[in-house]
Amino acid sequence: MYKIASKKALNPTVTQMEIEAPLVARKARPGQFIILRVDEEGERIPLTVAGTDPEKGTVKIIFQIVGATTEKLNHKEEGESIQDFVGPLGVATHTEGLKKVCIVGGGVGCAIAMPVAQEFHRLGANVTSIIGFRNKDLLILEDEFRECSDKLVVMTDDGSYARQGNVTVPLKEMLEAGEEFDEIITIGPLIMMKFVVAAAKPFGVPVTVSMNPIMIDGTGMCGGCRLTLNQEGKKVTKFACVDGPDFNGYEVDFDEAMSRGRMYSEFERHAYEETCNLFKNKEA
Amino acid sequence: MALDPKKHEMPTQAPEVRAHNFQEVALGYPEETAIAEAARCLNCKNQPCVQGCPVNIHIPEFITKVKEGDFEGAYQIITQTSSLPAVCGRVCPQESQCESKCTMGIRFEPVGIGRLERFVADWHNEHVQHAPTVPAPNGHKVAVVGSGPSGLTCAGDLAKKGYKVTVYEALHTAGGVLVYGIPEFRLPKKIVAKEVETLKALGVDIEPNVVIGKTLTIDELFEMGYETVFVGSGAGLPNFMNIPGESLKGVYSANEFLTRSNLMKAYLDHPDTPIMKGGKVAVVGGGNVAMDAARTALRLGAEKVYIVYRRSMTELPARKEEVEHAEEEGIDFRLLCNPVEILGYENPENPRDPKNGFVKGIRCIRMELGEPDERGRRRPVPVKGSEFDLDVTAVIMAIGTSPNPLIKNTTEGLEVNSHGGIIVNEDGLTSRNAVFAGGDAVTGAATVISAMGAGKVAAKAIDEYLSPKAEA
Repeated sequence: MYKIASKKALNPTVTQMEIEAPLVARKARPGQFIILRVDEEGERIPLTVAGTDPEKGTVKIIFQIVGATTEKLNHKEEGESIQDFVGPLGVATHTEGLKKVCIVGGGVGCAIAMPVAQEFHRLGANVTSIIGFRNKDLLILEDEFRECSDKLVVMTDDGSYARQGNVTVPLKEMLEAGEEFDEIITIGPLIMMKFVVAAAKPFGVPVTVSMNPIMIDGTGMCGGCRLTLNQEGKKVTKFACVDGPDFNGYEVDFDEAMSRGRMYSEFERHAYEETCNLFKNKEA
Repeated sequence: MALDPKKHEMPTQAPEVRAHNFQEVALGYPEETAIAEAARCLNCKNQPCVQGCPVNIHIPEFITKVKEGDFEGAYQIITQTSSLPAVCGRVCPQESQCESKCTMGIRFEPVGIGRLERFVADWHNEHVQHAPTVPAPNGHKVAVVGSGPSGLTCAGDLAKKGYKVTVYEALHTAGGVLVYGIPEFRLPKKIVAKEVETLKALGVDIEPNVVIGKTLTIDELFEMGYETVFVGSGAGLPNFMNIPGESLKGVYSANEFLTRSNLMKAYLDHPDTPIMKGGKVAVVGGGNVAMDAARTALRLGAEKVYIVYRRSMTELPARKEEVEHAEEEGIDFRLLCNPVEILGYENPENPRDPKNGFVKGIRCIRMELGEPDERGRRRPVPVKGSEFDLDVTAVIMAIGTSPNPLIKNTTEGLEVNSHGGIIVNEDGLTSRNAVFAGGDAVTGAATVISAMGAGKVAAKAIDEYLSPKAEA
């Protein structure tokens, strides 16, 4: 069992937890992920590591309550434990040789983008961060990003906070104004990452995207997390759990990834509704 | 006394009943049948059956005990050489191992050795509660990577000799392929759990949720004070055919499909983990894993399940018993057929149709057997223009796996062959000092018992490697 050392709501649908997992805390690097199960019959879900404290032996996770499992996880309180917690999995974000980067995060993806931005900052790179949210209420981690970024742009879709528009607007402006990034690293909804790639393409800037497909074991056994890369006209199958989660954005088949991500949407909606009802009945 | 020429039948659930539940298919011998079957053993001097067993169980001796009605005595004989008798009695391909060498088999049906082994193990598990005697510790520490058949066997053999063994498992439950791969109806999970408990009672520590190569490396295990490491990390990445449509929704690797059903219990009524149930399913491949996937799909409510295999029944690699069971249950074997494309649903009118991107069929081509290949198996060749479509809603690829790269990539000096399998010598020793390996991580996908055999060989070699140090 793995104890919840702290719990904090970042906004009404996003929660941050620190989990006691000393072996994972010692090893995890930005860009890697963990898999957890809330209880004995629970499903395994992957979550990207949002930070570690090797001395306290804790791993920070930030999750959006989107389904049955995250709903159950959110009902666990500080001091309680979760059943399983394994990692770090996947390959860490590559940082070597990058002196000037642009980090583009969307929604809860910013939780994953944050440790990457912090790592580049720690390594002395020049960091521009663009973070976008649907509205003011969903904004998270603004202060954390400000601390590790040489330049920060905050966007909301509806203009309820900071600048109105999506993240590709300021990105395009910067690129058109002649900003030269060694690399753009983008983490967020698939559709957003797809458009970030499209925005960067005319300028030839390398784009790394962080994929978060459906997976079970996370160690290269089930193949559920496979995605297709187009490499020099050839289609290549890769496994996000061992080959990723970071990939070259120009190669990823986003449409396929989006379709595969919806494989169980019907099941997931039912399970979420049932879980919510269960908790409501308990509280009543 | 006239010898019965035939093996005693083992009672099974009727096919039309078992096709709709996940309870065990075969029900095991009652005591009197076991004694009668044991009486068929000629107890011949040269004991060819023992040579046919990868872990060399003292077969005639245990059968003699069964004949005498001393079932616990029989169990004690089996466990001298096997750590997982209730498992082997169920999943070993006895027909190509011990039973294939049985003297009775020359003129009649061989003795039902596997059925007797299963009977003895089940009898013990039901009637005997006392914990095994924990041997005196010899002061040596060994780490085992993976809690599948090779790892558990290696751990068990070493623990019996007094080694302090820790088994690291990447998943949340111990058992490896025995829990994620082999379905409940062939190997109930409580049997695996019981065998694991027996090892724990012997003093073996099992650490789940540790991925060696990620959470800890092999080098760190040595730093932690382990003197040798056995790598039994199993098979890895599932193979696909590289045909169009393999990324459609509804295409699974057999590993994923079976893991969802077995380990994650998606076969239950209200599972937390989803799986596609019902519809029509095509399973591609002809091995035991393909049979397991097909029969699982059937039990999950599929109205029709096909096995699509490119060679003929003669070359089909699955165990005969499994094929017979599958046929009885109504699995439709489409032999000499090979998929060329998986077809997806796409509504041209509505790009938001929720059915878009799901499997709607599989296009196959008929095959004929041509010249034998280098291994003597006749090579299947496509018959031009013979393509045809099967309407299906799910496709399960059961065409093997390639070894997992996690350990190789993080262990300097560990050599692998061109297929990615870890290279070992006859003792299971790898290119790294004090690192041994066995099972699918070495051979690629094979059987439970061959992995156990490899675990056993390595345990013996590890003991020989470490015991001089004990005396020093």
